[in-house]
Amino acid sequence: MIDILNALAALANYVFVPAISYGSQLALGALGITLIYGILRFSNFAHGDTMAFGTMVVILTTWWFQGMGISIAPLPTALLALPVGIVVTLVLLLGTDRAVFRFYRRTKAAPIVFVMASLGIMFIYNGLVRFIIGPNEQRFSDGARFIIKAREFKAATGLNEGLSIKLSQGITVITAVIVVVVLFWFLNRTRTGKSMRAFSDNEDLALLSGINPERVVTISWVLVAILATIAGTLYGLDKSYKPFTYFQLLLPMFAAAIVGGLGNPVGAIAGGFVISFSEVAVTYAWKKVLVYLLPEQWAPDGLVQLMSTDYKFAVSFSILVIVLLFRPTGIFKGQSV
Amino acid sequence: MNYRNIALFAVVFALLVLVGFVQSWSVALQLLNLCLISAVMALGVNIQWGYAGLFSVGTMGFIALGGVATVITSMPPVRAAWAAGGAGVIAAFVIAIVTIAGAVQVWKRMKPGKARSLTMIAILVVGFFLYRSIFDPAVQAIESINAASEGYLGGLGLPILFSWVVGGLLAAGVAWVIGKISLGLRSDYLAIATLGIAEIIIYVIKNEDWLTRGVKNVNGIPRPVPYEVQLQAEPWFASWAHFLGLDVVEASSLYVKLAYAALFTVVLVVILWMSEKALKSPWGRMMRAIRDNEEAAEAMGKDVTRRHLQVFILGSAVLGIAGAMMTSLDGLLTPGTYNPLRFTFLIWVMVVVGGSGNNWGAVLGGFLIWFLWVEVEPIGKVTLAFLTSWMADDSGLKQHLMNSAAYMRLLTMGVILLLVLRFSPKGLIPEK
Repeated sequence: MIDILNALAALANYVFVPAISYGSQLALGALGITLIYGILRFSNFAHGDTMAFGTMVVILTTWWFQGMGISIAPLPTALLALPVGIVVTLVLLLGTDRAVFRFYRRTKAAPIVFVMASLGIMFIYNGLVRFIIGPNEQRFSDGARFIIKAREFKAATGLNEGLSIKLSQGITVITAVIVVVVLFWFLNRTRTGKSMRAFSDNEDLALLSGINPERVVTISWVLVAILATIAGTLYGLDKSYKPFTYFQLLLPMFAAAIVGGLGNPVGAIAGGFVISFSEVAVTYAWKKVLVYLLPEQWAPDGLVQLMSTDYKFAVSFSILVIVLLFRPTGIFKGQSV
Repeated sequence: MNYRNIALFAVVFALLVLVGFVQSWSVALQLLNLCLISAVMALGVNIQWGYAGLFSVGTMGFIALGGVATVITSMPPVRAAWAAGGAGVIAAFVIAIVTIAGAVQVWKRMKPGKARSLTMIAILVVGFFLYRSIFDPAVQAIESINAASEGYLGGLGLPILFSWVVGGLLAAGVAWVIGKISLGLRSDYLAIATLGIAEIIIYVIKNEDWLTRGVKNVNGIPRPVPYEVQLQAEPWFASWAHFLGLDVVEASSLYVKLAYAALFTVVLVVILWMSEKALKSPWGRMMRAIRDNEEAAEAMGKDVTRRHLQVFILGSAVLGIAGAMMTSLDGLLTPGTYNPLRFTFLIWVMVVVGGSGNNWGAVLGGFLIWFLWVEVEPIGKVTLAFLTSWMADDSGLKQHLMNSAAYMRLLTMGVILLLVLRFSPKGLIPEK
């Protein structure tokens, strides 16, 4: 019995907790991608760099606050800086939309042209972020570090295996839940949200019923700015901030959005967790858990790690391909150009 | 070729000559060499995107495979490593192939249902653990042989020029597998899938030390041209340099770069000539017909999936050749330096700016964009120095701006791409 509890503690510590917080971050990122796909109908390659930009503004604001001695300890100061990050990111996104995308909307350009333009914007944001904050790793988390420490958990339960939950992981999950609840309330209950969904489902019909397309687009960018900045900041608090890492997040986030069905918000969240759980599960060394569960003579010699952690991108990609082969529009039905 | 296009090429060459006068001839020739390689890469992407409209952003993966080809073709074999683990690695791969083939056969032969899925999963799981049980000890044995300088299987010890062909073949082979899996996907989905494949190829190269030494890099890859020190020791070369009024060391460096440039030019001309022939043949017209209207082409009896696979393989082969050329110019394989901005999206910018669908456009794009990619940094430094000349030298802002000049290139690429897309959507040399 105690063995099973130990196994569960190890499993929670090394698989569930990290996968849930990483999954929430991916889900928020994937929601941004899926919204743009649903409303503007293109894959936004600049999304990873939008996150990097938003997080950068949050970091700079955090440093400024820290310099002035403002803090909300034990919570990280970055949470206080979030609104500034969102507003600045929104200004950037709306400026980009006015300067680039609006022209192609007016000329009814093919989706591929939008994607190409988003590649150009990706380069610009990429340069902008490196120009301002540089390509190096930045740390900006402060406040308390743990909610539960491994040692305290062991003392309290008497188990061999510790369970630790970082504050950043707790904040990630709580924030993600709040953001998702508010987002779905907005999309399903408010007039504006309903008009957005109508626009996404059938553009012509929505236009006929008097929905202003420019307004819908503007509100989508507002949502994207909020989602991207929060997702980026949470990821940065939990792990660390490095512009190139955010660019690389593009792949798992797209995988999450596609696995769930592009253009489908519920799918993006489900996809985020599918990707994060499989990444963590496939790259975790299962020996520790198996030692508790199996009889002694069966105990494995190796680490029972299916793949080394360096292959975590391969995991998100393989899931992507498998899902696309068997369910071409994702688990939940998505759109396709 | 009309006068406008000739003028565009003349401008690019004038820019290169200008670099020769302002910076140095060595820099200009190095730039020219990478321009030539970039032009070949752009031709490869142009075959996939320009001819057939395949939105494949896995460019980096095929370029890296070309780099791997130089190692496995022309590095000397490490006999001790082969003795230690060669048989194990080969056996493991035989098991892997048999497993996958078995699973595919089960999927094809058995009736759909639970029994089929379970059998297939069982075969894959058993095969995977069998493979790992043979592969892991073999790899460990190989990597423990003289780990500081070897620790990998080495290559076949063949001439380096041969590796350019191998690079093309290797990339083509991998492209066949990838194409079989992913070419059924449409537009955006294909883009994400290929983006992921490229990352995976890089991760394999970085982590499979027994094949490529991973992040420990392979250096000392043989060169198709003589070494500078050898040249400097030759009496005929010294007298030749003296005759031209050059320093022997500088002359040897220029000679080596010129030799590379000549080799690359031959490859570029051959590939360009073949691409032009292909594009103007019935095959080329068919490809463009498929690109412009798939349904219509299919209704005319063209096998769209097969043609897409074909063109995907051809384009990837060209990218593999370019990758092998680049690695043999560097003389070392550094898997850590492959980055999708530089090796995928930059090549795409070349094609879009040059003119997708037009081979000459791709070549021009390759030259122009590579030139800017390298030269924006010094130009940016000079501009920033001028703009900030009124600030004090120890001003923090000025120092920050000067240090960040390197990132001007990313900004510039983005701006160029957006400007071309907006004002000249068909590129500098549009398709006819």
